[in-house]
Amino acid sequence: MNGLIEAGVTHPLDKYLRREMIPHIWCTGCGNGVLLNCFIRALRELNLDMDKIVVVSGIGCIGRISGYVNLDSFHTTHGRPIAFATGVKLANPELQVVVISGDGDLFAIGGNHFIHAARRNMDLLVICANNFNYGMTGGQYGPTTPLTARTMTSPYGNIEHPFNLVHLAWASGAVYVARWTAVHVTRLTESIKKALGKKGFRFIEVITPCPEIYGRYNRMGNALEIMKWLRENSVIQHFTDPSKVDIEIGRKIVVGEFVDKEKPVFTDLIADLKRKVKDRLEAESKRTLTKI
Amino acid sequence: MITEQEVIGLNGDEAVAYAAKQCKVDVVAAYPITPQTIIVEKFSEYVANGEVETEFITVESEHSALSACVGASAVGARVFTATAANGLALMHEIVYVASGLRLPIVMVVVNRALSSPINIHCDHGDSMAERDAGWIQIYTEDAQEAYDTVIQGFRIAEDERVLLPVMVMLDGFFISHTLQNVFVLPDETVKKFVGEKRNVPEIEIMGKRVKLKLDPSFPLTIGPLALYDYYHEIKRGQAEAINSSMEIIKKVHDEYSRVSGRKYGDGVLDSYKLEDAEIAIVCIGSAAGTVKSVVNEVREEGLKAGCLRIRVFRPFPADEIRRILSGIPVIGVLDRSLSFGGMGGPLQYEIKVSMYDEPKRPLIMNYAYGLGGRDLPPGTVKKIFYELNKLKGKQKPKETFKFIDVRE
Repeated sequence: MNGLIEAGVTHPLDKYLRREMIPHIWCTGCGNGVLLNCFIRALRELNLDMDKIVVVSGIGCIGRISGYVNLDSFHTTHGRPIAFATGVKLANPELQVVVISGDGDLFAIGGNHFIHAARRNMDLLVICANNFNYGMTGGQYGPTTPLTARTMTSPYGNIEHPFNLVHLAWASGAVYVARWTAVHVTRLTESIKKALGKKGFRFIEVITPCPEIYGRYNRMGNALEIMKWLRENSVIQHFTDPSKVDIEIGRKIVVGEFVDKEKPVFTDLIADLKRKVKDRLEAESKRTLTKI
Repeated sequence: MITEQEVIGLNGDEAVAYAAKQCKVDVVAAYPITPQTIIVEKFSEYVANGEVETEFITVESEHSALSACVGASAVGARVFTATAANGLALMHEIVYVASGLRLPIVMVVVNRALSSPINIHCDHGDSMAERDAGWIQIYTEDAQEAYDTVIQGFRIAEDERVLLPVMVMLDGFFISHTLQNVFVLPDETVKKFVGEKRNVPEIEIMGKRVKLKLDPSFPLTIGPLALYDYYHEIKRGQAEAINSSMEIIKKVHDEYSRVSGRKYGDGVLDSYKLEDAEIAIVCIGSAAGTVKSVVNEVREEGLKAGCLRIRVFRPFPADEIRRILSGIPVIGVLDRSLSFGGMGGPLQYEIKVSMYDEPKRPLIMNYAYGLGGRDLPPGTVKKIFYELNKLKGKQKPKETFKFIDVRE
């Protein structure tokens, strides 16, 4: 790779990556690379101003993405990217703030931030790489591990019910909710483009193969076989009732867009409120001055 | 009588899990974090294989992990957990709750540097940040000691005269991930040593003797308000309890060494060739192994060097330290964490305060080393010993605190 850089060979997406950080740390066949690829392709196709985009990530394998994108980025503590991103957005509402993190980070330790940012319709795009386990710490089960799935901490099968992230995002008030897998490259890219063009709390779940850890525990075969499995075991059903798209072993994964609506956005509401209060205070001070 | 023991290859984390298994803990609640993960991972295997009867709770954050431990301990269970760095920082609120409620939880902290920047390797910044939280803090030197100390930890914590949570530290990766031949006691011996079940003490309340735990047969409220009317007294009680735990820590260590044949100094301080020493390094954790080996090396070269490893950091053994270090003219304190804006590392503060009342105060140098997992090679320790040796009989240098092995 470094040889190529010295030879001056470039790729159309190079400007979106910190080339000195490549190769990345992700395992062969991991979906995180696909997600990164789709994300920067979406940026290129929309030709967005790179100085106006901030990527915020948490802890976990996908957390490293903030070091790979050639954008302003923020690698935060475990579970808190949405909280940090909220601060970034409120301090400078001009910025397009994108949170890219994992299922353990966003829905276990950081679950509270997710539901409240969605509830207040914070202007953020949240993309979750869901690999069904805590990959970076060696594959413990987490809040998205399907029932009966094997992990490091559930060698005889998981007995905890997982979140249906699409349903959770819908119930919490997100204005855009979609789910894709790492094999839906074009659709995921289009979905990210669409979400980047909307305002409010937008959520995209990306089902990501974890061939080295989750895949091994569940005997899913090699990276290619998992990709094949994803293609054969997912079905596009746009706008299906979010409560009916749980991910269960032995059942096809329903993907598509589930929510696409408009709702007043927190950043606009707070700007309105500030304006109103300012006008009222100005009017009041004028009245006082007239009385005097 | 020393018990016959099996030797098994375990890394520090596995040794800790093995000890927790033998201590028959009722509840483990934990959350994965490097470099602690192997402990709970290994423990979950014991649970899945039916080797223990422990309730194993996988929670959604460290804050919940220690909260679940507090709840379980309040009903009288024997409770264990483990964490590191940011996980411990997230627990901070509950760390104080556990000690304030006098709950004998044993928690292993696998020392790791705190963010930012993100780092997964060893330094002591995480547990040093909890030094004022009212927990007994014991730092270990290797996997064997980590195993032994967890077992001792339950006995100390659950002693009726102590009733305090115990934090056992091991250096991330240096101990946690390094394989060692560990002597393990037979299950029966450990069971006998710590007791099959936690012994919950009785208190007298409204003229009745009741167990100090949540029990529907005699309802109690745990953790209610105590404002300026009682808070002061409660905190004083806590302070006295941790100070007087020193004797129990030593007694438990002695009793354990009679069973196991292993001793770590007097259980509180581990001194090495200090009897005739003119220069000494004071340190904690795995660095002591390197320092002791360099002591041997420089002694052959004619330096009268020694090492003092602080095993028990809370309660701090100030009197013993004064006795051991008095008469040694030059002392170097190694700190693997910082107190930003302060006058050196946290261990140095404790040592300096301990030596303040000495009629002839030693010259104390302070070295910050190994932050974020940077190695402490023997060559560096040797350099320090020679620097200390040069300072004998000299005036105190202008700077007594320095960073070693650091890029300028």
